[in-house]
Amino acid sequence: MKRRHISNITVTVIVALGALLFLLPTVLTIANSFMTSSEISANYGAMYSNMTDSEKTYISGDVNLKFIPDKVTLDQYRSVLITNSDYLVKFWNSVWLTVPITVFQLLVAILTSYGFSRYPSKVKGIIFFAYIILMIMPYQVTLVPNYLVAKRFDLLNKRSAIILPAIFSPFSIFLLTKVMRRVPASYVEAAKLDGAGELQILTRIYMPLCKNAIISIGMLVFIDYWNMVEQPLILMTSDEAKALHPLSVFLSQINTSDVGLAFAVGVVYMIPTVLMFLYGEDCLVDGIAYSGGIKG
Amino acid sequence: MISLKGKCGRRGEKIFSYACLIPSIVGVLIFFVVPFGIVVRYSVIKNPVTKEYVGLDNYKALVHNTAFRKAARNTAMFSAISVPLAVVLALGLAVLLERKIPGKSAFRTFFLSPLMVPTASVVLVWQVLFHNHGTVNQVAEMFGGEPVDWLKSTKGQVVIILMFLWKNIGYNMILFMAALSNIPRDMMEVAELEGAGAWYKFFHIKLRYLSPTILFVFILSLINSFKIFREVYLLTGNYPYDKLYMLQHFMNNTFNKLDYQKLSAAAVLFALVMIVIMAVLLILENIFGKDVEN
Repeated sequence: MKRRHISNITVTVIVALGALLFLLPTVLTIANSFMTSSEISANYGAMYSNMTDSEKTYISGDVNLKFIPDKVTLDQYRSVLITNSDYLVKFWNSVWLTVPITVFQLLVAILTSYGFSRYPSKVKGIIFFAYIILMIMPYQVTLVPNYLVAKRFDLLNKRSAIILPAIFSPFSIFLLTKVMRRVPASYVEAAKLDGAGELQILTRIYMPLCKNAIISIGMLVFIDYWNMVEQPLILMTSDEAKALHPLSVFLSQINTSDVGLAFAVGVVYMIPTVLMFLYGEDCLVDGIAYSGGIKG
Repeated sequence: MISLKGKCGRRGEKIFSYACLIPSIVGVLIFFVVPFGIVVRYSVIKNPVTKEYVGLDNYKALVHNTAFRKAARNTAMFSAISVPLAVVLALGLAVLLERKIPGKSAFRTFFLSPLMVPTASVVLVWQVLFHNHGTVNQVAEMFGGEPVDWLKSTKGQVVIILMFLWKNIGYNMILFMAALSNIPRDMMEVAELEGAGAWYKFFHIKLRYLSPTILFVFILSLINSFKIFREVYLLTGNYPYDKLYMLQHFMNNTFNKLDYQKLSAAAVLFALVMIVIMAVLLILENIFGKDVEN
């Protein structure tokens, strides 16, 4: 019994250390966002000086990671949110790409998953398997067809070139179908006895019962597209279209030119997803947990 | 009379359930299946203007292309290392968190949090950590180690593997925790009565029940491993060090040159590789996990 107790302490220590390491990059980003620009340049300036053509421009050779700013200030945030509108524009670009994709992908997924989970048949099984095959295809495969479609319908350099194919991405259909298949048949039978039609069974039984899963899948879809880099680089390449690029792509350029602001921009960019996480963690965990297993 | 009505109603419902699939099927056909057919066609013709059939010439040119070979090798190596690690480490964590330890739910939150933090937001911290004069090197030097220029050497893969694990382990861990809690209790009790040790229980009982989940986590991690381009792009831009040149870099460059034949051949080849991997995994799971499925 005593041995068990000791090993529990060891396990706790190991897990706690690991958990702290996982939290570290996020916490450091937030802590550094309250530094003054000059403090950041002094600590991290060396990182970028050797990227310019003129060498040996930096004073301090080391890059000093700091947890706590010498002087806490909201200067960075003032620049990002008020003085320099560039970042806010890019932030809204991200919103205008990610929100329509998430909303419409969910709507399509709810309808389609309902279709898959009611009256299963061989044909539906085959179609569902085809969706799984499509789901495992990485961007390196799907972006080529997406590009051809965008070119054919004159969508290149427009947001719709990214949004339209993303709406039909089968990932959320796959997850939601697996959850909807677990809705007990007895609920449906009872609703039918009460005279509910198919549409009512969907909106009054399936959707409420799968609420957590729908929220969870919505969060996963949102964060995936909030992070997007591949699609804009290929589908939106003209100079005007680059102005519509999401902040996720733009951040790689800020980091090199405007180090002093990058931390605050990073924090602003993580606010929507971190809020979702804080409010919806339990839904997220439930949704992920229900989706396990490729066949079941 | 009633049964007839029931039958009619049921027929209508069946038709409705098929109708629900139509919007999605139409979208998938327009945006993925039909254009992929065109991609396959492009991969076997000389150019879109003359439409001259050249068989597998484009494929032969592709696999002899040095940039493609490099990208394919780097991507394959990255996935081959990071995906098994993401599965094994997540499973290990899930097993550790099965115990009654204090602060369990907080730990779960911490491990899951990177999933919801945009990579672009934290990329600067990763750069600071792994810079030539950065934190990791300073710590290494303190203990007498040699500094490594992480992002501009063969060690670059280590950095992106860490970033990948950081982002993906939480999700995988939740899946394993759910699967572990679904293993029938009586099964474990019987094993305990018969004097089975912790290792025996894990390898001979739990692992078998977990095999569908392991397959699922493996496939999800594999899909996510091909998105590592995001991290590499944010860390190093469009022209990274050699070892970080990924398939997506190759695709981007080929897109810039508008070389449809090469692009199409690469896409088709990659799709075939994915299908083969998927088939092998499904077969393995069928052999290994059969006797515990109901």
